[in-house]
Amino acid sequence: MSVPVRAAALIVAFLIVVGLGVFTALYYIGATSTQLTTVHYAASGGQVNVVLQEDPQNNSATTPDWVSYYVQDPSSKQWIHTTLFSVPANTKVNMTIYGYDGCTPLRNNYWSQVQGTTGGTVTVSQFDQHGKEYVTNNTTSVINSWANCNAGHTFAIPSLGVFVPVASPNAQLSANNLCSSSPCTTSGNPYALETFSFRTPAQGGVFRWQCLIPCGGGYLDGNGGPMQTLGFMMGEMDVVAS
Amino acid sequence: MTTIQEGAEPRHAAEPRHGLRMLIVWLVLSLAADLVIWFIWKPHLPPGDMSSSAQHQQFDIAVLAISGAPVFIAVVGYFIYAIVVWRAKPGDDSDGAPIHSNIKVQAAWIIGTSAIVLWLFVFGTIELITPAGAGAGEGPTPIWQLAGKQTAVWTPGSNDVLQVQVIGQQWVWTFRYPQFGGMESTQLNLPVDTPVEFHVTSLDVIHEFWAYQLGVKADANPDVDNVAYTEAKQVGGVTVRCSELCGIWHGAMFTYGKVESQSAFQSWASGVQSAEQSSGVLSALPAYALTYDPTVIPQLGKQMVNVDGITGAAGYYYPSTDPVQP
Repeated sequence: MSVPVRAAALIVAFLIVVGLGVFTALYYIGATSTQLTTVHYAASGGQVNVVLQEDPQNNSATTPDWVSYYVQDPSSKQWIHTTLFSVPANTKVNMTIYGYDGCTPLRNNYWSQVQGTTGGTVTVSQFDQHGKEYVTNNTTSVINSWANCNAGHTFAIPSLGVFVPVASPNAQLSANNLCSSSPCTTSGNPYALETFSFRTPAQGGVFRWQCLIPCGGGYLDGNGGPMQTLGFMMGEMDVVAS
Repeated sequence: MTTIQEGAEPRHAAEPRHGLRMLIVWLVLSLAADLVIWFIWKPHLPPGDMSSSAQHQQFDIAVLAISGAPVFIAVVGYFIYAIVVWRAKPGDDSDGAPIHSNIKVQAAWIIGTSAIVLWLFVFGTIELITPAGAGAGEGPTPIWQLAGKQTAVWTPGSNDVLQVQVIGQQWVWTFRYPQFGGMESTQLNLPVDTPVEFHVTSLDVIHEFWAYQLGVKADANPDVDNVAYTEAKQVGGVTVRCSELCGIWHGAMFTYGKVESQSAFQSWASGVQSAEQSSGVLSALPAYALTYDPTVIPQLGKQMVNVDGITGAAGYYYPSTDPVQP
């Protein structure tokens, strides 16, 4: 066999091995990853209304016991099991978060402080499972998760300086009555309703957001599972420049 | 016409003094390279010269580069010289001259390499044990103390050591200032020309605090107080990154800080302290400590819910005796 033929055979064999490796990796990744839906919010009058809810469980087939956020589709009002949403740049975002999950203490109670929102506050209402509103429009800059047990999760966009504790339903009134089927509804379930606003940056970009409460039940220190998985307690906000 | 008789040694023309040639070229190139390294490269070496730590690191890198450049030039220069000068001429298939041992070459090699290794050992050791040399002697049990006064309250212009606690958590950094009531911030602000004592810890997994421009890098481990010293010499921006793989958003675990004048820092820190006092955040924080056990809720005086070794799982509640007012 001549040298050129041997060299060509060697190159072909090398390419086959590399190709098999790449194919295997892509096949594996493709088979195990889930494509998440991105919910798009359009501005109206320089503002956009984003609606989320956080539940004690979710309706996925693989990890139904993980806590999870849901995003509401602005058109159909359906709850989408995703944590990806897009908003316009340089726009006031009015956030509404329905908190159905129970309280869990913060690992660092510093995050009890509301930061980065308009006025540095959030407004909280709480309802029991009969729809009775026992806290109405309480505007506060701190939800102390250690003193009162009424923070379920947080909504934080670190690179924008937005850190918001998300209220949970009252611990006593909601004990053993938490929503047990996701996506949760306000009917028959205790929940907290929290609203706040912040402004998106002028430049577009993808901004990760996350929960800072260790809510990954079943994982060491509550840090794994839903805390580390897109579509559950962490997500991305795509800021779209016009 | 001169002929060479069969069996006789060929007569060579007078060989140039290769060793002297190479020595002169090596000296000239090494001197040039070292001057370039010191005067042109060093000022741009990472991490810059913003702090005492960074300056020491820049100095160390420059000295090691100056030490290594002559060795590199000697090795590469010899190769090039040999390839150019002693390459076989076309049609010359004869063997090369037999190689004999050369005491001078052997001695030069042994002495030269020994001197280089000894120099690196001495320089490295001195830099490691010299305070602020390369971050050595710091850590959980520092073997040297930062020059400056340890005080409960930091005052501008007093050479007080500023204590800053760095807290890592997936995937954000916060900073506590015990001399300002233990206030906490997402911003790392530091005064210029002030000895700073970082106390680095973590609330969950292993992180690593890396204030790039300051040349400070320290592991952030749970239940460990890792001490690192520096003194900022210039005002300017600081990038803080995590340099220990700590989970899916490790790459996004960064923030920015700044070094500012002492008066501006005093104003900022006092302002944050006042704001956190009035908002109630300061009283919600645990008392300042060198490490924290996140499974303990100081206000409640007990351990938080712990199920199967897992803390903080969703849906678990405090006992009904706990306050419930939002």
